[in-house]
Amino acid sequence: MEYLLLQVLNGVQLGLLMFLLAAGLTLTLGIMDLVNLAHGSLYMIGAYIAWTLIGVTDSFVLGALLALPATFLVGVAVEIVVIRRLYARDHLTQVLATFGLILFFNELVRALWGPGGKSIAVPTFLNRTIEILPGVPYPAYRFAIIVVGAAVAILLAWLVARTRLGMLIRAGASNRRMIGALGVNIELLFSLVFGLGAVFAGLAGLMAAPIASVRIGMGDDILILALVIIVIGGIGSIKGAFIAAMVVGQIDIVGRAFLPDMLKTFMSSSAASSAAPAISQVLVYVLMAAVLVWRPTGLFGQRT
Amino acid sequence: MKNRLFGTATIAAAMALGLPAMAQSPIKVGFVSTFSGPQAAIGEDMRRSVELAKEHLGGKMGGKPFEIIYEDDQFKPDVGKARSEKLVQQDKVNFISGYIWSNVLLASLKTVVDEGDTILISANAGPSAIAGELCNKNFFSTSWQNDQTPMAMGDYLNTKGVKSLYLVGPNYAAGKDMLAGVKRTYKGKIVSEDFTKWPDQLDFSAELTKIAAAKPDGIFIFYPGAHGVQFVKQWAQSGLNKTVPLYQVFSIDAITLPQQGDLALGTLGAQEWVNDLPGEANKKYVEDFKKKHGVYPSYYGAQSYDAIMLMASAADALKGDLSNKDKVRAEMKKANFKSVRGDFKYGNNNFPIQNFYIQEAVKDPQGMMTVKTIATAVKNAVDPFAEKCPMK
Repeated sequence: MEYLLLQVLNGVQLGLLMFLLAAGLTLTLGIMDLVNLAHGSLYMIGAYIAWTLIGVTDSFVLGALLALPATFLVGVAVEIVVIRRLYARDHLTQVLATFGLILFFNELVRALWGPGGKSIAVPTFLNRTIEILPGVPYPAYRFAIIVVGAAVAILLAWLVARTRLGMLIRAGASNRRMIGALGVNIELLFSLVFGLGAVFAGLAGLMAAPIASVRIGMGDDILILALVIIVIGGIGSIKGAFIAAMVVGQIDIVGRAFLPDMLKTFMSSSAASSAAPAISQVLVYVLMAAVLVWRPTGLFGQRT
Repeated sequence: MKNRLFGTATIAAAMALGLPAMAQSPIKVGFVSTFSGPQAAIGEDMRRSVELAKEHLGGKMGGKPFEIIYEDDQFKPDVGKARSEKLVQQDKVNFISGYIWSNVLLASLKTVVDEGDTILISANAGPSAIAGELCNKNFFSTSWQNDQTPMAMGDYLNTKGVKSLYLVGPNYAAGKDMLAGVKRTYKGKIVSEDFTKWPDQLDFSAELTKIAAAKPDGIFIFYPGAHGVQFVKQWAQSGLNKTVPLYQVFSIDAITLPQQGDLALGTLGAQEWVNDLPGEANKKYVEDFKKKHGVYPSYYGAQSYDAIMLMASAADALKGDLSNKDKVRAEMKKANFKSVRGDFKYGNNNFPIQNFYIQEAVKDPQGMMTVKTIATAVKNAVDPFAEKCPMK
């Protein structure tokens, strides 16, 4: 039972990290109708900036907090310099241009920070285990990720549901042309949304950094999962992205924690342990295909 | 007509002039390793050792100058294969070496040793297939066959009386060989055997939770480079370092220790080379390396250093004339050079027959993390696939 709880927590932690990445992606795709493959680069940039600032300030919390506005500025700069020119273009052009951005950012990081990876240490006050239940230890840092991730998810839900910006975001997601016609400053709204997405991606990147290392291309693998999540959740829907991220997080953990034992009931032990990681990698895509058959616009997508 | 005649004459003249020039040309060595991305630190350690070997040789093999062309495999089998192809076909190298990763080596092998008829010396990867049925006269190793190092660890765990073991490793060629290796010799109970996604999985929360629930006497891991850093960190973060000891191969070394730091102290591993092994060649290598770079070299570097020395031994014996490949191979097979691990012989499959040691992670007198030899695990070990190799 405790074991199950711990594995569920592991899945929640993974899911929350992916939600932070997917939230920005689903906003840009839903509201701005922009396919942004370079979203993973912002995840990487956030982690690298945090690495530098943590080194300068000698404090994890301070460095991480300063890295967020810095990533916001990078996001806004990218929007103004490159992305803004892509709104009127078709999706293929957007894919090509943002793919180019991935290459650009990878080389930029190589030039600025060097080819080797960087490592961010877990802050000392979190470098221990806490007892989530009496006698059940859990790494404090991973618990902190859950707390921060959940807080940001609630903040985002409030922002989208209760504020004027959120109202415009929702309006933009359902009918972009109409809010432009109503006199809303679309350019400013788009810059803000893109910057906001960059902040969430950067936050995910810097929180993942002490667990996985900071390296070139670190966002490229996880971007694919984030794309799967927003397709499952329905493009433009924050709620959908959240639920899909939670489900994908749990599937990943089930695939790693329980699938090998399930397979062992009818396969040889060594075949089962090498088949399990392969199957768990595929499970997420099977889910995506199933959801698309059942609901072609995703779980919470706008019906067209 | 006149023009064509002139053209042919020019080509003939160029060829006539070109041939002696070729004989004077330097010996070329290609070196494929990972120089970018998260595992670039390993490639850098190898490059430093290759450069040190060149310096120790005075820049010459068999009286001829030699040049080294480095290529980055980017940690990807397809890129490694393309880079190897370029070295063989375009640069026409005499030797090709490097190869950290078994999957990169397996992808590159055929283009080098079959199609290119070039001699390849693996300075790290030793997949079981190349030791067995795919063994090749053009392939030599200055490292080991993948199964051997974990086999040595398994032997040691028997003598230490570790009763049960949980195995974790990455799901690719080397990961499978390594876990199979420890199972060949370890006689205690294998609690479970988990493979993780390679190379993108750097989060081991699910696996560590499983280990905590299974309560084994020990964990055995194989996670080279950046992955080893993450596993050891997360093992310590989970609190398991207080209850379940970690036994490892290729996961705690001179590359990873600066980042693992105190968390790794006291952990045991197996290796065919350790920086404190006796012998003049090893002292010279380790001391000069430390003087130059301020850090300890790793086995990746030591094996690369040996690879260059092995080439030099053959070139020296043949006075720099590498045109007859049969002679080159015969000279290499003698392993007639001062290896930093101490002398070794080549088996029928061109893998070394050598000792393996047990090493412990410690702090040196200056406070720098390193490893030291604490026992000899096995002597003159022959890999288990040698008999499957048809070569004599």
